[in-house]
Amino acid sequence: MNTIITDLGLIINAMLIATPPLLLAALGSCFSERSGVINIGIEGMMTIGAFTGAVVAYFTGNGWFGFFCGGLAGAAFGVLHAVVCISFNADQTIAGTAINFIGPGLAVFLCKAMFENSSDSPALDTASKLPRMFTGVFKAGSFGYNVIATYPAAYLSFVLVIVIWFIFYKTRFGMHLRAAGEHPEACETLGINVYKVRYICVITSGFLAGLGGAFVTLSTVSQFRPSVIVGQGFIAIAAVIFGKFKPQGALVGCLIFGFCNGIKSILSQSNVVSPNLISMIPYVVTLLALIFFVGSSRVPAANGKPFVRSK
Amino acid sequence: MNKKSKILNSNALYTFIAIILGFIVGAILLLIIGDDPIVAYSKLFTGVFGKPKFIAYSIVYASPLIFTGLSVAFSFRTGVFNIGAEGQFVVGSIAAVVTGILFDLPAPLHILVCLISAAAAGALWGAVVGLLKVKRGINEVLSYIMFNWIAFYLSNYVVNIAMFGRDSGGEATKDIAESAEIGAPEFLKTLTGCTDINWGILLAIGAAILMWFIMEKTTLGFKLRAVGFSKTSAEYAGISSNKVFMISMSISGILAGLGGAVQVLGMQHRVSQFATQEQYGFQGITVALIGASNPIGCIFAALFYGAMKYGGNKLTMVNVPAEVVNIIMGTIIVFIAVSHVFKRLLNKKTGGEA
Repeated sequence: MNTIITDLGLIINAMLIATPPLLLAALGSCFSERSGVINIGIEGMMTIGAFTGAVVAYFTGNGWFGFFCGGLAGAAFGVLHAVVCISFNADQTIAGTAINFIGPGLAVFLCKAMFENSSDSPALDTASKLPRMFTGVFKAGSFGYNVIATYPAAYLSFVLVIVIWFIFYKTRFGMHLRAAGEHPEACETLGINVYKVRYICVITSGFLAGLGGAFVTLSTVSQFRPSVIVGQGFIAIAAVIFGKFKPQGALVGCLIFGFCNGIKSILSQSNVVSPNLISMIPYVVTLLALIFFVGSSRVPAANGKPFVRSK
Repeated sequence: MNKKSKILNSNALYTFIAIILGFIVGAILLLIIGDDPIVAYSKLFTGVFGKPKFIAYSIVYASPLIFTGLSVAFSFRTGVFNIGAEGQFVVGSIAAVVTGILFDLPAPLHILVCLISAAAAGALWGAVVGLLKVKRGINEVLSYIMFNWIAFYLSNYVVNIAMFGRDSGGEATKDIAESAEIGAPEFLKTLTGCTDINWGILLAIGAAILMWFIMEKTTLGFKLRAVGFSKTSAEYAGISSNKVFMISMSISGILAGLGGAVQVLGMQHRVSQFATQEQYGFQGITVALIGASNPIGCIFAALFYGAMKYGGNKLTMVNVPAEVVNIIMGTIIVFIAVSHVFKRLLNKKTGGEA
């Protein structure tokens, strides 16, 4: 019985580390997609955020400042995506693909330029990382410790779900952004500036994805490596489609991934099943959940279609 | 239309301009970090064209990319975004390596068996996603991403099965039987000095021509393009879009799967444990974009990409980060994405029709 509780604690602990970066990026993706701009470049934005976060924290010794700058770096790529997609009406999938090459490429390129041709940034000391919270409440290793002693940025990501849900469904701006993704022409007739709404949303999506990336390097990994993000941006996009483009739905998608990651970390200690088969669990579970419970998810009607204002 | 505006309207011109601009942006970044772009680019150039061996290697690097590029291009033409070429490539390479190790057949037959099984594996990986889309309405981008990762871990699983793993331990499978290899004859290897030169490039060009023929000259191709152009109009004309999606996603999978086979039979002869995704599928997206989803365009785009990959490896010799290649490629895509803006501007200036 005791081992079950301890294991459960460990699963939750692993889940609270794996979920926040996905969740932050997924919330960003919600903003962009719901306003009508496909953002497949989340992966690249996370990677540049991961790099910037680690490097800024390394030089300033301030994890929170690094975290914020990681977001800004992601936002810079958001600006690029917005200009190309919204002002120049480029194909959004193509632009996102480009960001997925430029973001990780630039991160490793700058890393090598700054740290004597090393593709890894120097390891961060504990003081310049993001701190853990509530470490003194329970004894280390106990169930309670594993569950609540986690990163404040993790708590922040969960709080953001509520905040963003509120923005989407209870504010005027939220209504505008959802309308821009469904019927931009009608929005313009009503005097909503679709370009402005989409610009704000795409840049926000970059900022949140950058925060997600910075969370990885500033909490668990403690340095930038070319492989820190690999695939997480795509998983975040998958979680958003899974959650039918709603922030609360994306939360469920991310929690499934986080939970399966937790199970993975427990199962792989026992060595009974091949770790590679265990690693497949999150992806298989997501597919099965889609097939049997979730079903199709309706893409916002104007998603991917460049909006050209009529003269 | 006069000759001048014909040139101004051709995609090739804008692709060329985009490539130049990509290199300029790369040069600016190199200057910023204090490297000499002339040194870097001349290394890149001599690294590709300096010796027949280098040219041969660039072509060897291009072969799998032609396949993944065709795979993505094929899906683009029917309105599907095959972000799953990565996984289809991987299952293709697993199928090729498994049949290459297990079977004991005479050379041409063995190669054929490997290619067919890789094609079947790729087709399966694509068709399942198609089935989920058609039957359950599940967004293909999501399923493709899931299947990419399932393929990734499946491959690592196969590498660790005792029957396929190397006897010496090591994180790779055994080598495939010699009868399954598609290496070029010895004299070509000695002539070029490239020991990895193989028939993959010819298979890839063959696949490109076949794809061009299907797309442009057959009824099936017409249906595929019709659905890609407008799903609703195609349905109105009595074309079942579901059927078309299934066909196109399967063929797209076959092409990527064959790419995996060519990489195994031609160059690597085995599959190694992955640490991260190898990106052949994602690079295929770039190839398809630079090649404007045209099969013949994909050949040239993949040759360009293959050369950049091979030449880029050598940049470390002059202390330049090889990642500048990724940045250049990404920038090229950005400029291709906005090329319609240039097109309009240039046409306005010269008075040509848009």
